[in-house]
Amino acid sequence: MNRSIFAGTAIAALLTGGIAIAQSSSATVGMQLEPPHLDPTGAAAGAIDQVTYSNVFEGLTRFGPDGAVNPGLAESWEISDDGTTYTFKLRSGVTFHDGTALDASDVVFSLDRARADDSTNAQKALFEGIESVEAVDDTTVKVTLKAPQGQFLFNMAWGDAVIVAPESIENIQTKPIGTGAFKFDNWKQGDSISLVKNADYWGTPAKLNEVTFKFISDPTAAFAAMMAQDIDAFYSYPAPENLVQFDADPRFEVLEGSTEGETILAMNNKEEHFANPLVRKAVSMAINRDAIIDGAMFGYGTPIGTHFAPHNPDYVDLLGNSPHDPEAAKALLAEAGYPDGFTTTLKLPPPSYARRGGEIIAAQLREIGIQTEISNLEWAQWLEEVFRGKDFGLTIVSHTEPFDIGIYARPEYYFQYDNADFQALIEKLSVENDPEMRSSMAKEAQKMISDDYVNAYLFQLALTSVTNAKLQGIWNNAPTQAVDMTAVGWAD
Amino acid sequence: MRNLIIGLSLTAVFVAAALISFLWTPFDVTKFDIPNKLQAPGGAHIFGTDQFGRDIFSMIMVGARTSIAVAVVAVGIGMALGVPLGLAAAARRNTWADELIMRGNDLVFAFPSLVIAIMMTAVFGASALNAIIAIGIFNIPVFARLTRSAALSLWQRDYVMSARVAGKGPVLISVEHILPNITNLLIVQGTIQFSLGILAEAALSYIGLGAQPPLPSWGRMLAESQTLISLAPHLALFPGFAIVLTVLGLNLAGDGLRDLLDPKLREVRT
Repeated sequence: MNRSIFAGTAIAALLTGGIAIAQSSSATVGMQLEPPHLDPTGAAAGAIDQVTYSNVFEGLTRFGPDGAVNPGLAESWEISDDGTTYTFKLRSGVTFHDGTALDASDVVFSLDRARADDSTNAQKALFEGIESVEAVDDTTVKVTLKAPQGQFLFNMAWGDAVIVAPESIENIQTKPIGTGAFKFDNWKQGDSISLVKNADYWGTPAKLNEVTFKFISDPTAAFAAMMAQDIDAFYSYPAPENLVQFDADPRFEVLEGSTEGETILAMNNKEEHFANPLVRKAVSMAINRDAIIDGAMFGYGTPIGTHFAPHNPDYVDLLGNSPHDPEAAKALLAEAGYPDGFTTTLKLPPPSYARRGGEIIAAQLREIGIQTEISNLEWAQWLEEVFRGKDFGLTIVSHTEPFDIGIYARPEYYFQYDNADFQALIEKLSVENDPEMRSSMAKEAQKMISDDYVNAYLFQLALTSVTNAKLQGIWNNAPTQAVDMTAVGWAD
Repeated sequence: MRNLIIGLSLTAVFVAAALISFLWTPFDVTKFDIPNKLQAPGGAHIFGTDQFGRDIFSMIMVGARTSIAVAVVAVGIGMALGVPLGLAAAARRNTWADELIMRGNDLVFAFPSLVIAIMMTAVFGASALNAIIAIGIFNIPVFARLTRSAALSLWQRDYVMSARVAGKGPVLISVEHILPNITNLLIVQGTIQFSLGILAEAALSYIGLGAQPPLPSWGRMLAESQTLISLAPHLALFPGFAIVLTVLGLNLAGDGLRDLLDPKLREVRT
């Protein structure tokens, strides 16, 4: 979960082609956050995946730029008729960066390590359904599941499920050894991480000889660096207000895509006011999504009416459940027993969608009589007070994990929604294999949380990247936490 | 005299703006008008609009209220605590009480006001009230030191001696004979501290430790304009000018007042 929160802060990737000697073959990719270490299987920080996913580490399957699950280290697989056994056929001739060969035992090691009791994997749920993993021969792995699992191939594409080698696991946090198209080269703490091209890569070789991820947390500094062309691209640019200028400048290109980030005004469902569904409905109807997207995101973002990504084929448009209607909202408040409104807290983490969006929402809530005490928190404080401490009335955050509607089935989750019917539905969904049934259940889940007004659903976070107009291949969308540089190159 | 007039007029403009804002502002600063965001100065919004479509002129007026209120109360705290401490130290000069008060003041003085403020917000959370207290605490030693040093020289005067001979106690002497003779010094220092208070409030709000949204504050307006500066420079210019002009006005007024009130300077001139 931490990952989804941190990713909401947006990740920056900047490419410097600035050095004249090697413009065609090197790029510096910056990010807003520096990873704490480089083991994607050992911690939640999204920045780890952004640096390593697909570049250094690969999984059995991998996400394409469109979110589709493609073959990765497994070139093919067979699923038994009952849906509980997956037999993966690994590619042959794949070596790790230290020269050791990839074989079935590495896959067994990786998956067993991830699901072990003492594993620090941030997404252990991905592996929970696994009964056993065994190596049939050098290039064949058989995974047996406890029950059919519709999401299994999708799960194996996550950055948390990448394949690591027992030979190099000891130093993975500082010297990651994977199978990807780039090798880890050097880490200047607090400044940058550089990767070099892997000459022995099994697949299509990388176009760039060198990629450096540079960490610039301050949007103003990022803007200056971009304008001075010290950097050639900024992946997930953190200040939407500058995009107009980049768009108008022929040197740059603004890429607009979608993320998995549902940005919500979360309500503490156990707090005295928000425990009442009428109050939650009133809040949902008091907010004007278009004004928030326009004011906080300068127009970048898609309004949502439930906790689901609009680009997903199963998305149901439920905006009609909570149209902007302050009068009706006031009536609902009165019906709930608060004709004169009440005062609550609005705790805002650092990203601009939260800080700016928070001020707009506070003004909109004021119109129906709800006064908010705004406090601006740093991430560590936010995690402590809001996420773990559950000491809040309202907060704004973007949930950037794909298909994360399941968090509503966890009553201990920070907004504390406790609905047995919903929990049963998610339980059923998690073992369902039939695509049509899955789709209809996903739709029902969306309707249920929207009808209950668990949170006020604001908008889907847009992924806006700025690149040098000549640099091509950066993903428009963010189907997972990745800055996949393997297909990025300079146009002539 | 010229300094005093310029200084007082500038100060008066901002005080007037703050007072008028209680009754009237051109636009409501709590209402957002997002379709009209980031408009350039001119037309109905003479200073333009901010990122939420609020009228910057109105924001400056209400922001003046925040700045002045914080500075007035902070200087008030400094005077209310610092002056009696200074008087007591002077009355009990060269005793353990004097030492205790003045070393305590040195201790507080050693912390920059920003550090005190960060400490306070870490413990009590960020708010305009905590900014006031932090700046106020920082003002205490300033006034205590000034009062003590001025009072020390007065204690040597003949009229104080005769008051003592007449049987007046140190408290009465401090209040009746010392305090009236250092008032002019305190007014001048108060003016200077007032301008420092406005700067400190702006600095605290800039780093997010002062006035919290939606209460407008010049420092926070500056902070919020930071990423927009290339798109809408007027967002930073107007609060910036407001801070500069108010502080300049107060400093000029302080200089002018000193020229006018300080007997030593007056003697030199005549």
